[in-house]
Amino acid sequence: MTTMTMIQALRSAMDVMLGRDDDVVIYGEDVGYFGGVFRCTEGLQAKYGRHRVFDAPISEGGIVGAAIGMAAYGLRPVVEVQFADYFYPASDQIVSEAARLRYRSAGDFTSPITIRMPCGGGIYGGQTHSQSPEALFTHVCGLRTVMPSTPYDAKGLLIAAIECDDPVIFLEPKRLYNGPFDGHHERPVVPWSAHPASEVPEGHYTVPLDSAAIVRPGRDVTVLAYGTMVFVSLAAAQETGVDAEVIDLRSIWPLDLPAIVNSVRKTGRCVIVHEATRTSGFGAELSALVQENCFYHLEAPIERVTGWDTPYPHALEWAYFPGPARVGDALRRVMEA
Amino acid sequence: MAAYPPLRLHVPEPSGRPGHPSDFSYLHLSPAGAVRRPPLETTPAEANDLAFGLVRVLDDHGRAVGPWVPELTTEQLRRGLRAMLRTRAYDARMLIAQRQKKISFYMQCLGEEAIAIAHALALAPGDMCFPTYRQQGLLIARDDIPLVELMCQLMSNARDPLKGRQLPVMYSYKRAGFFSISGNLATQFIQAVGWAMASAIKGDTKIASGWIGDGSTAEADFHTALTFAHVYRAPVILNVVNNQYAISSFQAIAGGEATTFAARGIGCGIASLRVDGNDFLAVYAASAWAAERARRNLGPTLIEWVTYRAGAHSTSDDPTRYRPADDWTRFPLGDPVARLKQHLVALGVWSNEEHDATYKEVEAEVSAAFREAQTHGSILDGHIPPLATMFEDVYEHMPAHLKEQMRQAAEEQQRAAAAAPQGATS
Repeated sequence: MTTMTMIQALRSAMDVMLGRDDDVVIYGEDVGYFGGVFRCTEGLQAKYGRHRVFDAPISEGGIVGAAIGMAAYGLRPVVEVQFADYFYPASDQIVSEAARLRYRSAGDFTSPITIRMPCGGGIYGGQTHSQSPEALFTHVCGLRTVMPSTPYDAKGLLIAAIECDDPVIFLEPKRLYNGPFDGHHERPVVPWSAHPASEVPEGHYTVPLDSAAIVRPGRDVTVLAYGTMVFVSLAAAQETGVDAEVIDLRSIWPLDLPAIVNSVRKTGRCVIVHEATRTSGFGAELSALVQENCFYHLEAPIERVTGWDTPYPHALEWAYFPGPARVGDALRRVMEA
Repeated sequence: MAAYPPLRLHVPEPSGRPGHPSDFSYLHLSPAGAVRRPPLETTPAEANDLAFGLVRVLDDHGRAVGPWVPELTTEQLRRGLRAMLRTRAYDARMLIAQRQKKISFYMQCLGEEAIAIAHALALAPGDMCFPTYRQQGLLIARDDIPLVELMCQLMSNARDPLKGRQLPVMYSYKRAGFFSISGNLATQFIQAVGWAMASAIKGDTKIASGWIGDGSTAEADFHTALTFAHVYRAPVILNVVNNQYAISSFQAIAGGEATTFAARGIGCGIASLRVDGNDFLAVYAASAWAAERARRNLGPTLIEWVTYRAGAHSTSDDPTRYRPADDWTRFPLGDPVARLKQHLVALGVWSNEEHDATYKEVEAEVSAAFREAQTHGSILDGHIPPLATMFEDVYEHMPAHLKEQMRQAAEEQQRAAAAAPQGATS
């Protein structure tokens, strides 16, 4: 076991897979010699060579389209879209091609590709470096959409994603790259080294692509969150004194519905938290699933805590960001209902 | 300040419309044999002139002339002509089948047969094509793909290898080097480059061949493919089939006016050829040149195949509404079948009688195959794949939510069957 940041854990996952499987190749904008703008692939080109880890043109459609062709050949490409905000030119290749290739060819061809994308705000990235587009992917049948919240999960989920024969959208909450950020931006940065989930095995292991984690057991209310919002929700529970059961979805879709249903049937209350905009966000799907499966156990209306339905602003970042105060208000409301 | 006349938007128009025959002088033609054949090792820049000429081998008398005359045996040429006739017979029969409402939709490749069939002859086993919906010739040229199986795909019946999930003609044959066809145009072009990159990454000797039409060269994926192919010197052939029309849009609407589609490659640093696509020998020669360059690690080649879409875009299209009905007869590059036939007759290795007999033979083969395919039913008589196939292959392993939806769909189907009057269950 070694203490790792999420960046180091992601790099370790790719290192392990490049070493284990000659068919794994990694490319994207700036990922080769330079090692990526967030340093996730640092050193990998030097270790495995330019034919395994290399730079790509600024063309997200090309990066994903070429990966589909490589996968058809038999490779297992792991590609990086530099910011999730930049994936839109690749939409056709992701939605119409990668996601449906197995289906349309009846298994003649498959797309075992992993598309890594840093997502989320909290880094003063403005409206083009802060988005959380997970709901755009969960709406597409054939994709798996994953978002880790700790170094341990990041490595285990990324290895599982690379080994998976379905196309996986691997969203990396960039504000968590260097520490478990709980939304208190005014406080000093907390490093990963103080967190138990920064203890990461150096070798191969996986975290299943369809299992949620109960990160805080509780009796009063179930909080459904993923990515940065896991730590924001934990902070809100602590600060309000509400005995919340916080569930980290980890795999957003397909998701671990039994874990959610069991928890809400126990607590009778549910607060859903995500950083993405509210309307038609993944919280809407979660809310519908909880209502369909837990209606007669609910003691309060389901609450959604999200970013506002605006582009992610630069100057007003913290007014946009769903921090512990906004989550705490929702926890109190559902307890008073 | 100078006075300028008002600006005017230029919207290109074809030279012909219904009632007005096309003036094909917009097509720059080179005489057969006139265009040089550069060495395989040519730099792309040294081959720029080939993007504006027209590589042709067969002259108006059916003679093979000039530096591009390929080394093909008589037997190969006869097999090529037979494959073109087989493709034409297949298309003709499937067109009728659609009119008879035995299949829901069809797309023929009439007039473009030489391109796919001569190209297929220049590839090696293991190479991978990323075709559009008009390269059925790549499959029909082969002996190992039963016509019955292709027809079952068209009928979306219980024997359809694609389980009724795709529109007719959207075949997928990995074993025949034929990538799954997408209805979203141009996506396969960059995928072909990715496949070729993978072959190079693995130190293989296989090459990829990507296909696109003149119309969809306007998509970003086309330009992306050229960039990636050049950057990584991918072992790929980038084929642009310029058949003059994208449904009703003349090729000038895709940007073909006063330039060529082959010329797109020049700015990207890719060796680019413009070739007579109705000349079987020229198609083979250019394909073999490009394939050899790719296999020797000399990089990608872009080839514009100049041809004419003799039929409708699809069975849902009526070209007489937007272009002269008899344009194909005036198209200066003629009919690829007639031209290869003329060549073989001139060589004394083919005759009118043999030609007619061969066409009757392939027609009979196609008809027999269609009779057999019909015994497996069709989408139109309810002989379709079972309900579960709708939910399979979305993921490698069916997730819980799809299992639940499959259960609901099965219940819905059972209730409907129970409610149907007796004897009306089929």
